[in-house]
Amino acid sequence: MAESVPQAGPRPLLELRGVSMSFGGLAVIDDLDFVVNEGEIVSVIGPNGAGKTTLFNLITGLYRPDAGDILLGGDSLVGLPPHTITNRGIARTFQTLRLFLNMSVIENVMASQYGRTKVDIVRSMLRTPGWRKEEREIRERAEEKLSFFGQRLMGYRWNQPAYSLSYANRRRLEIARAMATEPRILLLDEPAAGMNPVETHEITEIIGELRERGGYTILVIEHDMHVVEGISDRVVALDHGVKIAEGTFEQVATDPRVVEAYLGTKATATK
Amino acid sequence: MSETPDTPDTPAADTPETQTPEAQAPAAQTSRIGVDSWVAESEARRSRTPAALVSRGLERTPDALKLLVFVGFAASVPYWMSQGDLFAFGIFTLFYAALALGLNVVVGFAGLLDLGYIALAGLGAYTYASLSSPKWGLNWPAEATIPIAMAVAALMGLILGFASRRLLGDYYAIVTLFFAQAFAYFTNTTDPHDITGGPNGLPNVSPVTFFGHALTSYKQVYYLLLVVVTLLAAATYFASKSRTGRAWRAQRDDPLAAEAMSIPVNRVKILAAVKGAAIAGLCGAILAAIVGAAVSTDYSVPFLIIIYAIVILGGVGSIAGVFLGATIINCTLQFLQPQNDHPSVERWLFYGTIILLVLMIKPVWRSGLVLAATVGFGFAVHAIVDATTTSTWTSGVPQSAGPWLAHWAVIPSTDPSTGLNHGNFNNIIYIGLVVMVIVTASLKGWWRLAALVPTLYLTVLAWENLLAGNGGITAYLLFGVMLIGLMAKRPQGLLGKAQVEIV
Repeated sequence: MAESVPQAGPRPLLELRGVSMSFGGLAVIDDLDFVVNEGEIVSVIGPNGAGKTTLFNLITGLYRPDAGDILLGGDSLVGLPPHTITNRGIARTFQTLRLFLNMSVIENVMASQYGRTKVDIVRSMLRTPGWRKEEREIRERAEEKLSFFGQRLMGYRWNQPAYSLSYANRRRLEIARAMATEPRILLLDEPAAGMNPVETHEITEIIGELRERGGYTILVIEHDMHVVEGISDRVVALDHGVKIAEGTFEQVATDPRVVEAYLGTKATATK
Repeated sequence: MSETPDTPDTPAADTPETQTPEAQAPAAQTSRIGVDSWVAESEARRSRTPAALVSRGLERTPDALKLLVFVGFAASVPYWMSQGDLFAFGIFTLFYAALALGLNVVVGFAGLLDLGYIALAGLGAYTYASLSSPKWGLNWPAEATIPIAMAVAALMGLILGFASRRLLGDYYAIVTLFFAQAFAYFTNTTDPHDITGGPNGLPNVSPVTFFGHALTSYKQVYYLLLVVVTLLAAATYFASKSRTGRAWRAQRDDPLAAEAMSIPVNRVKILAAVKGAAIAGLCGAILAAIVGAAVSTDYSVPFLIIIYAIVILGGVGSIAGVFLGATIINCTLQFLQPQNDHPSVERWLFYGTIILLVLMIKPVWRSGLVLAATVGFGFAVHAIVDATTTSTWTSGVPQSAGPWLAHWAVIPSTDPSTGLNHGNFNNIIYIGLVVMVIVTASLKGWWRLAALVPTLYLTVLAWENLLAGNGGITAYLLFGVMLIGLMAKRPQGLLGKAQVEIV
C-alpha cells in the first residue's frame, strides 16, 4: 500500500473518457470525462437522478458503457466481469446496503478476500498446512480491517450475524468489507446516509483516515455537504448525466449551474 | 426458543463478556420492543432452563466430537440389530444421508435448486453397472469404476452448470428437471443396442470390492457406507468452512454484492453443482453395487422427493440436520412398508403423533378436553351407526390397532361374503377428512377446538380403514403433512439456521 505523501505531479489512477450510458433511449450518463488521481479524495455530487450511482455501476462493471473507455492505471476495464474489476483494484460500497446478511460480521469481511486468496476446494477439504496458513491470514486481515472503526465492530460483534447490526454499523461493515478486497481505489456510495450528526462527523474522520492510514484513493458520492466539504480534494457535480462543474468545494458550491441544478432557476422557483 | 445450534458457523468458545445493552436486560418474554431474534436467541442461550443448558452444551461441543459420538454409536449398530433391520434401517439411513449430504452442498450451501440431482445418482449407478458387470464383458473392479462413475456424474453436473450458467434460480431448476426426465425416459426405454437394459435395467452388478475382498454381507456394506458417510460429512463440513464455503453463502445471500466483492459467482455455483454431482455419482454407484442392479425406477421423482424431504426437514445447509432428517424419513418409510418386521410400530407412531399434536394445544387441560370429547364423540357415532344400519357397517377389523377399537371406530366389514357393498365409504371418509382439516385450520378459538373433535375421529377412521394398509401412499402423505407443519412452525428445518431475507 502506497504512502499517502502528495505526489510531485498528479498521476491519474482512474480515468473516464467519453463514457455514455443510456437505458431505453434515456441518456443517464452522457459523454463524461474525469480523472481521479492517486491519493486523491474526489466527491461526486448532484441531485437525485443525476447518474451518480450509475457512474459507480459503470466503473465496477455492473453495467457496460455504450461508448467511451474506463481505465484503471492505464488499463481498460470495459467488458471485464465485476469480480475481475474488483481484483484489479476497485472496491465499492452500496447506497442501498448489500451485506451478506446471514453471515457473521467477520465472515463478511473474510468472504470478500476470495479474489486475493488461492487455496482451492480440494485443499480446503483436506485441510492442508497451506489452507491453515491462508485461513489464519484471512482472519487476521479481516480483524485488521474491522479494527479501523475503533470499538464499533470489535470483539463480540465479530460473531453476530450482519442482520443484527444497526444501520450505521452496516455502513461501516460495508466499508470494511470493501477494504478487505485490497483495492487501490475505494468507491463509497453515500457513506453517511442514515447516520446521525455524531456518526456523520465520525465517518468524515474515518474517510480521511482511510487515505492517511490505509493509503486508498477514494471516490465518494455524498449528499451531506458538510461531509463533502470536510473530505474532498476535488468535487465533481453531475446533473442529468453531464458534468456541470468541477473544482474545489468552494468553486463548485458557488457555481451558478450547480445552484441551479439543486434549487432550480428563478423562473421555476416562482411557479 | 431452544435452538439447537449445530452446524458450521458457531465457534462458541469465546462467549462475549461484553454484552449488548439489550442483552443485559433481564430475560423475559420474546418479541419485546427493540429485541431482534439474534438478541432473543442469545438471551435464551444464557438462561438456565434445561432446554437452554442442553442447547448451550451442544453449542460448546466441538463439531468433531459430535461426529465422533455419532460414528461411535453407528459403529455399534450391527452388534445389536437383526440382519433384516440392519438392511432396512441401518444401510438405507446411511445411504440416504450420503446422498442428502451431496444435495445439501448444492441446495444448502450454494442455494441452487437442482431437480436433476437424482438422475446424476442414476448416471453414476448406470456407469458403475456397465463397467462392473458382465454386460460388456468388462467386469472392472470397483476401485476403478467408482471414481469413473463419480467423474461421469461430475462431468454431467459441469455440463448442466454451463448450460444454465447464465440462467438464474428457477431456470436452473427447469433445466435440471428436464435432464432428470430425459434420463428417466432414456434409461426406461429399450434401445437397439440395449445400452440401458430398458425397464429391466442392468442386472448382475458386482458388489464393491476392497483389495480383492467382495463386500457382500450386510455388515460389510454397512461399515462401507459408514466410512463413506463420515468422509463425506467431514469433506462437506471442511468445504463449508473454507473460502469456497464463504463464497457459496455470500452469493446465496446477495449474488450482485458477491460479484462486486471479487467472488466469481458463476464459477462457485458451478463448483457446487459439480461437487454435488460427484457425490451423487458415488452414491449411485454404491447403490447399484448394494442391490446388484441399476434400475431406472430407482432414480425417478419419488426418490428425489425423499432426498429433498430429508434436507428440508433436517434444515437446509445443516450437516447434522441431514443425519437427523435421513433417520426420521427412512425410519418412517421402513415402518410403513407393508411387510416389515415391526407391524406394531406404525400403530404406535400414528397414535403417538396424534396425541403429541393434541397435547401441543395450550393450556393442557384443553387438550385433555379435546381427547375426552373425541372419545365420547366416537362412541356416540358408533352407537348411532350401529342402531340405524345393518351390522356389517361396524363389523370390520381395524388395519393397525387391536380389534377392541372396532367398538369405537366405524369400520365396515371388508368380507365379501356378507354380500353388502359399502360403496365409497373409504373415499368419503378421506374427502371428509381433508375438508375438516381445512375447516379446522380456518376457525379460531373454541370453534377450532370443537372442529378438531370430528377431525381427529375422521383421521382415525381414514387410518384404520385405508391408510395403514397402503404404506407407500401414507408415507408421502405423512411427509407432506410433516413439511407443511414444519413450514408453519420452524421454516428453517429442525437443525437449520433461520435465514433473514430482508431487514
